[in-house]
Parts: sequence; structure tokens; C-alpha cells
Amino acid sequence: MLLIACPWCGERDETEYHYGGQAHVAHPADPHALSDAEWGAYLFVRDNPKGEFAERWMHAAGCRRWFNVVRHTVTHDISAVYPAGQPRPVPPSDEHSEVTA
Amino acid sequence: MPDQLPEHPDWLWRTPDPKPSYDVVVVGAGGHGLATAYYLARNHGISNVAVLERGWLAGGNMARNTTIIRSNYLCEESAAIYEHALKLWEGLPEELEYDFLFSQRGVLNLAHTLQDVREGTRRVGANRLGGVDAEWLDPDEVRAFCPIVNTSPDVRYPVLGATLQPRAGIAKHDHVAWALARKADEHGVDLIQNCEVTGFVRDGGGRVVGVETTRGRIGAGRVALAAAGHTSTLTDLLGLRLPIQSHPLQALVSELLEPVHPTVVMSNHVHVYVSQAHKGELVMGAGIDSYNGYGQRGSFHQIEHQMAAALELFPIFARAHVLRTWGGIVDVTPDASPIIGLTPVENLYLNCGWGTGGFKATPASGWVYADTIAHGRPHQLAAPFALERFATGALIDEHGAAAVAH
Repeated sequence: MLLIACPWCGERDETEYHYGGQAHVAHPADPHALSDAEWGAYLFVRDNPKGEFAERWMHAAGCRRWFNVVRHTVTHDISAVYPAGQPRPVPPSDEHSEVTA
Repeated sequence: MPDQLPEHPDWLWRTPDPKPSYDVVVVGAGGHGLATAYYLARNHGISNVAVLERGWLAGGNMARNTTIIRSNYLCEESAAIYEHALKLWEGLPEELEYDFLFSQRGVLNLAHTLQDVREGTRRVGANRLGGVDAEWLDPDEVRAFCPIVNTSPDVRYPVLGATLQPRAGIAKHDHVAWALARKADEHGVDLIQNCEVTGFVRDGGGRVVGVETTRGRIGAGRVALAAAGHTSTLTDLLGLRLPIQSHPLQALVSELLEPVHPTVVMSNHVHVYVSQAHKGELVMGAGIDSYNGYGQRGSFHQIEHQMAAALELFPIFARAHVLRTWGGIVDVTPDASPIIGLTPVENLYLNCGWGTGGFKATPASGWVYADTIAHGRPHQLAAPFALERFATGALIDEHGAAAVAH
């Protein structure tokens, strides 16, 4: 089970959270300007990396607030937790280097 | 000591070095990749084929599924391709000359709520109209068919009835892979293990003309992906983004027990599916872990939930012990249906997104994919599953319609 640190409530078990998939997916500014393929890509296509992934979690059994986590999809190491709306932090170059698996 | 060990049994396939090029390179030697190679040779006379496997043959989801075979899907497009698979399953042991213990012991999909009953009876009607065997059982009939299911009304989610597909069943998944591998090999297909695809070779027109691998460059007339949860790590190399997300899916087995479970039982609502393997293990599984993951492991609370569900349905299992749990990486699409067909990249073919239910489809997946590759256009059964549906909106929405929760 993942141990995730809610920015407001601290470390809690994964079962307290709801997963929200890829973070930083902006709603198109003008949906009517998009082609069907572009709109379909916005609706259905998300990154699926084997490695670090910026993703959304919501503390469903706690403060019920959404926030973002950078997690490695092989090792599950969490390298950053930050409030929704903030940009993805740039990792220090010597720490959190790519883990290969 | 070595002289006291038994002789190694005969190998079922050769271990050739890769040739400089092939007419078709299939990426992934799981069930679908092997079936594709087999049918390319058998149905289309294309035997200059390599199947490249980064690990060992059938060591991914083909070795990790719960071996359930059925075709009782609600949507017409799904029922058609899964029923094609079931018909092929019924002939494959003889055709492949390999008894992989295909056992048509039926599958029950339990209904626990009024909505489950409505969904189940509707699906039985749809299946019958589509030529798929299906029956509706009331609770007494459920008890008669599978006496160990708890049909008492005094439980949190009482059994109100069930759908039954009598022709459904299970098979030994590793033997299915070996049977397909042996026949593909006999047709001249090269099965090349420990050979990971690391890149694609493209010509001036952007066409894929080969792959870079850990064993060097291999030319290819056509490249056919059959890499399940790792598909998007390959297409990312081409800048082709796909509507798939890779999740852990876990399963477990008990220790060996006397035969007590005569069929396959699935419950959408309590959410577990249980069968008993020929050796005697209870085999069970449930839903995916919520998060994306490539680690072939998930969180333990998923195991806890599916065991609680199994005990709710089968009180007789209370003293059974879990022997082993494991996880695979399943590629899930937004509509829980696979993606089969051509891609915007010329000569690159796609077969992925089978998510939690690919094993049952193995022969039909290979059949329609081989036909699609051989002719450069979608097979009739594969056409609805083309990548374009995510632009047109013609989704095949099996979430909640496929007789199992995804």
C-alpha cells in the first residue's frame, strides 16, 4: 500500500485517497476551435510513462482536497507532493535521479 | 549429482538467432503475439515472421491471468469477437495437438441487486439474439449448479439470480502459449526471447521498416505490436500517443484443495471471480489498482478486498490459505475495449488495450490481427475496435456492460 503525504493532513494510507490520473491537463481554452481528433485526444489520451509521473490524488477520507504527487510508476517512490495549481517542481539534479528498473 | 537428474524434456520450439529481416516482426511473445504469428503462417502463408520478446515467452500477463474464457459480453462488437474466440478455443486443442485442459465448466455472473438482475436478464437476451449461449438462473438454480455459493437471503448482498454461459470455462494458460509457440515454430516462425525492442527504424517517408533491439537491428516489412502494458512505452518512441493507461492487476491462489468448485463464479457487485484449477488451487482475482504502475505488483488492500468478497460468497473457503499473490501490468482504455488495427504510422500495427480480459480473446485476437496485418486493412471483427473511435466517439463502452466491473 502506498503511504502518501497529504499537504494538509500529513501521511495517510493510500486507502484514504482517490486517484485522479495525470496532473497538469488543462481544459482547452476554446473547445469549439478543436478538431474531433484534438478533442478526442483531450478527453481520452493521457501520458503513460514508465518512470516519474505527475498525478492527481484527492484525500477522500480526510480534507477532500485535490493535490499533485510525482511518483515513479515502477518503484512507487514519491519524489514530490504539492498543491493543485502549482507547477511541477524541478527535481534537484543530484537527487531523485532516474531510477531504472 | 547432475547424472541423477532426469533428462530435459524435448524443447517445443527452436531458439534461433534473429535474421537480418522478416516480412512481419511481432513485438511481444505473449498469447496474442504467439497467436498472431501462428495465424499469419496458418491462414495467410506468411511464415517469414519473428516474434520478439524482451523477457521469456509468455512470462507477462499470459502467465498471470485467471484463465477464464467466456463470450457473454453485452455490446454486439465485443460479443462477436469473444464468441469468435470461444469457437476457436473449442477446436484448438485438436488443431494444435496439445491438451491444454480447456474445460467448459460454465461461468455464473451473480446478480445481487435489482439493477444486477435487470442487467443480467438484458444481457442474456442480447447474447441469445447474437448467437451466444446464455441462460438466466434463479437462486435455487444457482445453488443447484454451484452448491458452495452462499444463496442464503441473510447476507449483505444476497444472490438474486445469475447469468450462466454453459460453454464458458478455463484453460491452462501457460500450456496454451506453449501449444501456440510449438505450432508457430513448426510453420517456420522465429521465436526470439531476451530481445527487447529499443527503437524503430523509419525510412525517408516515415514508414517503419524495422526495429532496433538489444540483439541488433532487425528489418521488417510490417511491425505488429502485441506488448500489452508496455505498448505505450514503444509508441512513445514514435511520438504516437495512445488512449491507454497501464495499471497493476492482481490475482491470487490458495493451496491445493479437493475439488469443491464445479464452475467459474464472477460477482460484479461484491467483486471477485473464482474458479478452481485442475490441480486444486482456488484461483481468484478482482479489479485493477487505481494508480498507474509498471512494477507488476499492487497494493495489498486489493487482495484483502477480493478475499473478503470471496468469503462473502463462499463461506466454505474460510479456512483456505493464500499461497501466492502476484500482479501483472494491464493496458486499460477509456471504454474498456481493445484497440486493434492500423496506426497513423505506415507499416505499424496495433493490438493493445485488452485490459483485464485479454486471455479469453487470445485466438480471436491473433486471428483478426493476422488478417489485418496480412491485408493492410482491418478485419471485419476488428474494424469497430480501431484507434479512430476515440476521435469519432463511436466507443464500445464495456464499462459496466461486460459482465464484470473494470
